[in-house]
Amino acid sequence: MSAAPLHLAVALDGAGWHPAAWRDPAATPKILFTAAYWAGLAAEAEHGLLDFVTIEDTLALQTTRLDGPDGRTDQVRGRLDAVLVASRIAPLTGRIGLVPTATTTHTEPFHLAGALSTLDYVSGGRAGWRVQVSGRRAEAAHFGRRDIPELRPEHAGDLETFPVFQELFDEAADAVEVVRRLWDSWEDDAEIRDVATGRFVDRDRLHYIDFEGPRFSVRGPSIVPRPPQGQPLVTALAHSRLPYEFAARSADVVYITPHDAEQARAVAAEVRGLGGGELKIFADLVVFVGEDARDRRARLDELDGAAYASDAAIFTGTPGELADLLLEWRQAGLDGFRLRPAVLPADLTAITRGLVPELQRRDAFRRAYGAATLRGHLGLPRPASRYAGSRR
Amino acid sequence: MKQVILAAHFPGVNNHTVWSDPASGSQIDFASFAHLARTAERGRFDFFFLADGQRLREQRGRIHDLDVVGRPDSLTVLSALAAVTTHLGLAGTINATFNEPYELARKLASLDHLSGGRAGWNVVTSSDAFTGENFRRGGYLDHSQRYERAEEFVRTVRELWDSWAAEDLVADPATGVFATANAGAFAHRGAHFDIGGHFTVPRGPQRHPLTIQAGDSEEGRDFAAATADAIFSRHSRPADGQAFYRDIQSRGAAHGRAPGSLKILPGATFALGDTDAEAQENADHIRRQQVSPQTAILLLEQLWNRDLSAYDPEGPLPEIDPDVSEDSIVKGRTRMSRDPLKTAAEWRALAEAKRLGIRDLIIEVTGRQSFIGSPARVAEEINESVQTDAADGFILVPHLTPTGLDEFVDKVVPLLQERGVFRAEYGTTTLRGHLGLEGDV
Repeated sequence: MSAAPLHLAVALDGAGWHPAAWRDPAATPKILFTAAYWAGLAAEAEHGLLDFVTIEDTLALQTTRLDGPDGRTDQVRGRLDAVLVASRIAPLTGRIGLVPTATTTHTEPFHLAGALSTLDYVSGGRAGWRVQVSGRRAEAAHFGRRDIPELRPEHAGDLETFPVFQELFDEAADAVEVVRRLWDSWEDDAEIRDVATGRFVDRDRLHYIDFEGPRFSVRGPSIVPRPPQGQPLVTALAHSRLPYEFAARSADVVYITPHDAEQARAVAAEVRGLGGGELKIFADLVVFVGEDARDRRARLDELDGAAYASDAAIFTGTPGELADLLLEWRQAGLDGFRLRPAVLPADLTAITRGLVPELQRRDAFRRAYGAATLRGHLGLPRPASRYAGSRR
Repeated sequence: MKQVILAAHFPGVNNHTVWSDPASGSQIDFASFAHLARTAERGRFDFFFLADGQRLREQRGRIHDLDVVGRPDSLTVLSALAAVTTHLGLAGTINATFNEPYELARKLASLDHLSGGRAGWNVVTSSDAFTGENFRRGGYLDHSQRYERAEEFVRTVRELWDSWAAEDLVADPATGVFATANAGAFAHRGAHFDIGGHFTVPRGPQRHPLTIQAGDSEEGRDFAAATADAIFSRHSRPADGQAFYRDIQSRGAAHGRAPGSLKILPGATFALGDTDAEAQENADHIRRQQVSPQTAILLLEQLWNRDLSAYDPEGPLPEIDPDVSEDSIVKGRTRMSRDPLKTAAEWRALAEAKRLGIRDLIIEVTGRQSFIGSPARVAEEINESVQTDAADGFILVPHLTPTGLDEFVDKVVPLLQERGVFRAEYGTTTLRGHLGLEGDV
């Protein structure tokens, strides 16, 4: 294979990313909330040898408004908890990485660390996390514990002007720090089962993390032993300076949303310049793939009553054209792509059965999985615990 | 004849779980959880059960290292187990104190969808600042508010589960309606929770996942009788069980509960053998494994509330009395006795009468198996307990991971099936269905 390997992920959400995807003739909207649906998608992605799937989630209904429900009845509404979806499909897959979305704004870092460790155990080292913040007043009202101002159109263009934006990302960075410390809080060899002394663990190899921050303090250690990967993969979507800083400091993978190769080059350089030297940079793309892609997109736009728009660039074309674009953009300093299928399963199948063979023909994508863990797929080593060797 | 309810408890972080036996497997690998769950399903059990604890236990200010330490996140492992089982109910213990109703209702409803209606929730509460050190909320809760908040928590969670009516999810491409405009709308205004908006999970197969409760205090019993579908009780012996059963049913009736709508399931341990004598030998062997010399001193310290590390496990009980001050040397679990001085006097008398050293005494006074005998005897005693209303069934706690239930399923379950008091095949697909509580939402 030439140069560095190309990495491919798909972002799974509802019936696909186009709001009318559920009305596609091949869609299966009745089973969106069943395990069989998600298991089928993951199996297809694994058939295509993809690095990982992400699973979208929010603590509020989907909406076309910036903040608060829109009352629309013609789009998919409702989601299952993404971590539980990931763990439900883990035993049914063998190699593909599983990266659920979970917010840091209203959740307990201690629970997140344990849930993601457990996902790593049930998947045999394939767990990741897409870290998300929740800057919506409507979501805060579901918890009743903090006030978040309404996100208004004047903030939307430049989120950095949104008053709580900095605070939410600072909190997210603290949450990731706590979660990472908890993953390290058991050294790998903490379980000793020493019958002579009657001890199951060597408590000197269990560590308090003693994190103190403005939003939470966490004592530790984790209730879950160190997960198979040591540190499951931490990923984040980022559109502007503040989240770039967050990703450079806290994540292993960042998803960026350039609209052309030049932007990809500029953003990748900016993120790396912020200290994300080891960070893997993926570009997000919404994809309509196939000979009929243009027609399908037009038909869905008509059903939805609006031309589809996205934060990410939107690709419409054949597998060969998509391969051309990915290989061109990747020269801009990208490690991979997170493709958002516009319609499920149609555009996922077009990726696994069209794009992937095309990339393989060009010697640009793996022909078999070479590693067993998600970190392994990305060429990331298994880190030692930061506490290893320190004794209380 | 009443049908027996059976659940399988994954061996937990206490000295009943024997980790030193050569047959003892991993306490954290998924394969162990899958083995026990599949064994329970092969035995046509009603459900699989996970305990919980959100802080590693400590004694005398140090992490307790003699028992199994560490466990997975309950709901995450249960969701994975849904992939390797088809009928078995999947119940997890979740602390209401360190969760928010919106997030927990969402997770439980998600598990219910992902398992096809097999989710269960054992509601526990805590006012314990020690565990609170791991959470945003800390140990803020006054003891007196524990059950008040828990009651409102459960009520709020159920309101969220009801926020999608069955007809709110349409998903009809022909009409272009996916969900109704009001789907998921809720508003709860209460003393502990003041929340409103929209819930994201459509109504699950059970509508309300099964709710289990384990409180044993006056308030705990009342709370359980008013709100729970099942009670995980500690009263596995026939006389205690019958008294508890009557007490709960009368409290339930006072809350307008129909007889039979509240299942009482004591936790129970067992030791089997081809003959009763062999089973007794086996039981004694297990008890010695459960109480190592170090564990004997540690358990004695829990009653005495003192450092007893200088005492010989084979020697006599301490002459000094238990320290009954408020400050407990044990963190992360409940105290062993409400009246340590009285219990110590009883133990001393027993040790003297039977000439027992510390370890043998501890073996005698803590954790004797609930059922000891040949498969025929154990099947008979279980059935007798159920038919005489000492219980509706049992949550069985094996002493070994992951094979501790194998023999029970192979030898005791067929005898219960022969008597016609336990299902030979699943006739229902949901956890509520298995327990006959489908109509009780």
